[in-house]
Amino acid sequence: MSQKKYWQSFGEVNDSENFQQKQQDEFREELPFEGFDDKGLIDAKAPRRDFLKYLGFSTAAATLAASCKVPVRKAIPYANKPENLIPGVAQYYATTYVQDGDVVPVVAKVRDGRPIKIEGNNLCSFTGGGTSARVQASVLDLYDMHRLRFPIQKSGTGKDAKYSEVPTFEQFDKTVGEAIKAAGGTTVLLTSTLTSPSTKEIIAAYPGLKLVQVDAVSYSGMLLANEASGFGRKIPSYKFGAAKVIVSLEADVLGTWLSPVEFAKGYSVGRKIDEKNPSMSKHYQFESFLSLTGASADERFTHRPSEAGAVALDLLNAISGTGAITCKAIEAGIQKAAADLKANTGAALVVSGSNDKNVQVIVNAINNAIGAYGTTIDWNQPVNYRQGIDSDFAQLIADMEAGTVGTLLIHGANPVYNSYDAARFTAALAKVKVKVSFSERMDETTELCDFILPSPHYLESWGDAEPKAGVVSFLQPTIHPLFKTRPFQTSLLKWAGNNTDYDVYFKNYWVTKLGSEEAFNKVLQDGILDSAVPAAAGAGTYSGAAVAEATTAVSAAKKSTGVEVVLYQKTSIGTGTGATNPWLQELPDGITKATWDNYALISMSMAKELLGLNLINGTEKESNNYEYYPEKPVIKITVGKNTVELPVLVIPGMNDKTIAIAVGYGRGENLGATAAGVGKNVYPFTSYNGSTVSYAAEATVADAGRKEKIAQTQIHNSYEDRIEVVRETTLATLKKYPTVIPDYRNHLAEDFGKSKDGKSTDFRKEGTLYPMHDQPGIKWGMNIDMNACYGCGSCVVACHAENNVPVVGKSEVLRYHDMHWLRIDRYFVSDEKNPDQLKGVVFQPMMCQHCDNAPCENVCPVAATNHSAEGINQMTYNRCIGTRYCANNCPFKVRRFNWADYTGADSFANNQDQQLVGKLDPAVFQMNDDLTRMVLNPDVTVRSRGVIEKCSFCFQRLQAAKLEAKKADRPLQDGDAKVACQTACPANAIEFGNVHDHASAISLVRKDNANRGFYVLEQLHVLPNVSYLAKVRNTEEVIEHGAHHEPAPAEKHEGGTETKKAEEAHH
Amino acid sequence: MILCKPIGQRLTVLFLSLFVFSVVNVSAQDAANGKTLFTSKCAACHNVFKKMTGPALAGLEGRHKWSDHNELLAWINNPAKYMEKDAYTQGLKASFGSVMTGFPEITLKDVGDIVAYINAAEAEQKAGGDKKAGPVVEEDTSSQNALIFGIISLVLGVVALILMQVNSNLKKMSDDSEGIVRPEPVPFYKNKTYIAMASIVFFVFGGYMVAKGAIGLQRQKDYQPEQPIYYSHKVHAGINQISCLYCHGNAWESKHAAIPSVNVCMNCHKAINTYEKGPKLYKENGDEVNGTAEIAKLYQYAGFDPNNPTKWDPSKAKPIEWVKIHNLPDHVYFNHSQHIRAGNVQCQSCHGEITAMDEVKQVTDLSMGWCINCHRQTNVNFNYDSTKGNKFYSIYEKFHNDIRSGKMDSVKVKDIGGLECQKCHY
Repeated sequence: MSQKKYWQSFGEVNDSENFQQKQQDEFREELPFEGFDDKGLIDAKAPRRDFLKYLGFSTAAATLAASCKVPVRKAIPYANKPENLIPGVAQYYATTYVQDGDVVPVVAKVRDGRPIKIEGNNLCSFTGGGTSARVQASVLDLYDMHRLRFPIQKSGTGKDAKYSEVPTFEQFDKTVGEAIKAAGGTTVLLTSTLTSPSTKEIIAAYPGLKLVQVDAVSYSGMLLANEASGFGRKIPSYKFGAAKVIVSLEADVLGTWLSPVEFAKGYSVGRKIDEKNPSMSKHYQFESFLSLTGASADERFTHRPSEAGAVALDLLNAISGTGAITCKAIEAGIQKAAADLKANTGAALVVSGSNDKNVQVIVNAINNAIGAYGTTIDWNQPVNYRQGIDSDFAQLIADMEAGTVGTLLIHGANPVYNSYDAARFTAALAKVKVKVSFSERMDETTELCDFILPSPHYLESWGDAEPKAGVVSFLQPTIHPLFKTRPFQTSLLKWAGNNTDYDVYFKNYWVTKLGSEEAFNKVLQDGILDSAVPAAAGAGTYSGAAVAEATTAVSAAKKSTGVEVVLYQKTSIGTGTGATNPWLQELPDGITKATWDNYALISMSMAKELLGLNLINGTEKESNNYEYYPEKPVIKITVGKNTVELPVLVIPGMNDKTIAIAVGYGRGENLGATAAGVGKNVYPFTSYNGSTVSYAAEATVADAGRKEKIAQTQIHNSYEDRIEVVRETTLATLKKYPTVIPDYRNHLAEDFGKSKDGKSTDFRKEGTLYPMHDQPGIKWGMNIDMNACYGCGSCVVACHAENNVPVVGKSEVLRYHDMHWLRIDRYFVSDEKNPDQLKGVVFQPMMCQHCDNAPCENVCPVAATNHSAEGINQMTYNRCIGTRYCANNCPFKVRRFNWADYTGADSFANNQDQQLVGKLDPAVFQMNDDLTRMVLNPDVTVRSRGVIEKCSFCFQRLQAAKLEAKKADRPLQDGDAKVACQTACPANAIEFGNVHDHASAISLVRKDNANRGFYVLEQLHVLPNVSYLAKVRNTEEVIEHGAHHEPAPAEKHEGGTETKKAEEAHH
Repeated sequence: MILCKPIGQRLTVLFLSLFVFSVVNVSAQDAANGKTLFTSKCAACHNVFKKMTGPALAGLEGRHKWSDHNELLAWINNPAKYMEKDAYTQGLKASFGSVMTGFPEITLKDVGDIVAYINAAEAEQKAGGDKKAGPVVEEDTSSQNALIFGIISLVLGVVALILMQVNSNLKKMSDDSEGIVRPEPVPFYKNKTYIAMASIVFFVFGGYMVAKGAIGLQRQKDYQPEQPIYYSHKVHAGINQISCLYCHGNAWESKHAAIPSVNVCMNCHKAINTYEKGPKLYKENGDEVNGTAEIAKLYQYAGFDPNNPTKWDPSKAKPIEWVKIHNLPDHVYFNHSQHIRAGNVQCQSCHGEITAMDEVKQVTDLSMGWCINCHRQTNVNFNYDSTKGNKFYSIYEKFHNDIRSGKMDSVKVKDIGGLECQKCHY
């Protein structure tokens, strides 16, 4: 039995000396005194006299500032107050997040006319109120200072291009109308996937308009394969909740594939465990690099990107029992997965992330063989998320080159940035006479257009979206348009001679469809129309006709032997639309924990071969140098004629010969300070094979011989080898030894909980010198099911938005100054001897644990942090003097210090550019722009420099919920108070409520999961109010107790009274 | 200490009004209930003595058929229907330009109560017409006391100094007469003991004043800025007894009390064009204020021409830039609805006798000490008598048991966490 090890970085896994040393310092900042060599204080650059000067000046300045006259403040009421608006009270409007093909029904919180927070729409059956990181961050896009503000006409080309404002829409319409007429040729509308039925009607009514849809990351292969399999050019609904066995072939189901919010919701149904009869779905992942979804898989097998087709074919062969397995290295895994799929016919599902039609045809054959159609795959309700066909786009380029396209209208598509051959598209674009872009920002394609009409943000728009057949979600404006924008549908209507505005058209369209204005208003209020599933009429039946051809094609595919590059999306940046959003740029990637960059993920063996970096058995110095310093070696990757230089991150569990790089970076200068200069664009590595676009390619790699900095967050904080912070086990172990975790607690109670007379073993009371806190009324508590956390990061962004958490920029993250109140810790689980043998990955959302015996509270010299009567560890910013003792004493390292004036909240103006603390990044200043600050939550203090901050359990929400109950003269009900991370989670991993209420969801979840429930570092007796449920992997491996690193071996099984006592102590 | 005074004042008001009502209220009708109903339902358009949007209601029972309360009730419940076959009310419409809003929820008893209140108010005015209205406010004596004590201390100090000088002179004279040679006495201003004592006193006192001054920086007690319109709370909330919430209704729902928008002012001032019958208004510096001219300023903002009221377009109104008086720092969360609705705190507890103020002034320093003091002393609306309390507090089992067993007599705000930092700072 090999030893299991949980680790966050290679430094830790190798347990090197440098790493040990590093752990000793909590704040590793050097003091900002320059020039103290050995010359002593007097000769230093800032000698004693200067010190006295500064002291004198600051005293005088403070006196002056304080004695200034109090400014006269004005209070300006409305001239005519809108009837339904109460200043200071938030209103909620149902609308829909629409970005390219992604559709998520949401509810916007509008405070005094400003949308400030996005929540999921609970009425939506398939998302269940879940959101993604990008949905949460979308509200910040509304206030992006780099949005286009007025209609623009371009003159000149290249560097001489001049963009001048067109004063009125009428003039714009007239000029464009005349230009289109003069241009002749066909008019083409190039968009990303359109899900709006009313817009499609408008396009159909536009005489001679040809619609071409193109997706930045294409699903064409899947659409064509489904057509070949007899279902039509559609994508079905996947029911992950109904599947007992899930096999994913390179599909990042939980992160970025198709509709991750919906899939995470369904997936988590099978991952929640009933302790009385433990069972869970089984997830196999076959992939070439460690994806977010792969990290949650029970069993993972890696292969080369070029073997994707072969793996699918092998799986089909293994299920049907014919043909030989060609991927010998993972044959066991394929056979096992096939056996499981067969055994669970009717409750099994195979999905593939491939954009190759032939691979998808084979996947369809597998799904047919395992009875997925009609059970886990629903053809009655096809989805509209992606509709772009790669060959249509290729045809468009050919047409443009031939000069037959007179006018090109572009909305949502950005081929100059993200197409497989941007140079060819740019050249073809130059041949089009009239180019019109409807865009929110000056993106790479918009820059080259003659006419630019800014589009409104979705929170400013009317509209509709049909994510899947029979489900319609409405958009309604939540704020008056901030800029001179107009929906592109209005332009289409006007240019087609219909003088209606889109909002009127939209309303008429739906009033007619729904029958009455009342019905329309009802849908508008609900946000979603979830009508009954339409009859199976158009569903189609499976036909295996294309399988033989596909098999031949896949078998004949060239097997690569060299290094391969595979491109993937991050949950934050996606295809590149998230790049302009500071919250998303600062969101650490789930796997790498890196912010503000893309990089090349390489395997440990490639690190050794290419860079001589031996992270397994090498010298300590090697891993230290790699792990300790943010400078990472840069490699030169060449695919065809395109070369990109990127720093590397070595990740365990990668295919040896694969390099994975995230798309979406390297955006144009005109998109603003946040996007520009961050990472490199790797879309040029994609290629078109005549039918579909491929996102993997053969490459040559070389060491570039230099280093670049990557700002990672994971390595900042360490638990100093206290591994009890994370609990992970396997299903087999849980069945065999169900009480491992409670036993550990009992041992603690036995060893440390004895009272003097020896009668009581109340660990909670006896384990401390301090008196207990009374909680006479409510006591707040949180529970996080680590089995349902996939590390997507929507909670992190939700916390940003709700609590005015500042953005610090790459330079500050590099100095370990990131401000996230909530972070998701990622632990690799592997054999101790071989970190590359990845058994699993554990994601642990970590925030202030609100300890009842909090170590931070008793070290604060000014009592700025103390305990409330509701069990909350309070942080009072205006009392804090910034000693940071609390942060030093926190075992979980969740307290954050405002090292600089990130928010512009200091009373001294221009306090952000001090030379001593270093200059801040432009993104920080962008967040402090008056426009961007409109996103701030007015109920939460904006913290200034020099104070500590941390998770407050969304105290403003708790207070609001209590006040509502008091006003209604009733006790607080379960569910009245929900915290931001809880509502954002698509997998319902977080439960929150009053633990004194024994019927509340939080009390029940703790009671029902006694065998999995644990508190972090229980032996420290800090008594957290956040509990966790241990992560369980569904494997047959039985972990014997020694491998748990228990300080006290839990050999004896003593149930009875003591178990009970210790449990009660924690409730 | 701070709270005692207003409570004392309010008790006086309470006793006075109880006395008035016990004398006037001879009928079975409940004039107190009538007053509540009047202020909440009628006062927006009616006054007892003055024509507003609707007619003055004094002498109501003498007009038309209104001595029969059933008729009155029918009219109030559904004015439109009543008016169909009634010439008198049709005439009212002609002269006032609008029909009264219906109040279908008003009952016969309510009508009686309201009439009783109107009669009582009338009788009160007749009886005490010459007497100054409003309760007698106790003089603020504490500052006078401090002044007197200060002067006495100063006088005594000077006397002591003189006596000491006299004493030393006498001693010197007696020494001289007895022939004892002594050095020339040091004058007191050169006496090191005196200087040391004086400097200690100076530093202690000076330090105290500096610290006090520093703590009080940016506090604005007694702040009374000049407003763009001379708006008298005394005239509106005091004399005319308009409910605070009629204009500041936001305070009932929200953290902000909010200043009413122009259209709220115009609800009444469309009809009230002049200020005539009320007491003369004065600014703080003694200048007399022309009330009618101030109303005209409102019309400027509203874009309203009193000579041509039907032409008014409210959408052209401009907001009034009032000067904000009560300012809290950004790091303090204060919620009006929490206090007035959940906590049943009167507006006057924090804003002072607003009904007696012409120009509003900040009467409390809004310091943290002041907030905390109130949280220490104020009872929570606990339901230990099981009927009137707020049911939210039913979960506080321990406190309910303690009250029942007599361990506690009341639950203060501080007991449920009212002194915790994060209740106001988050």
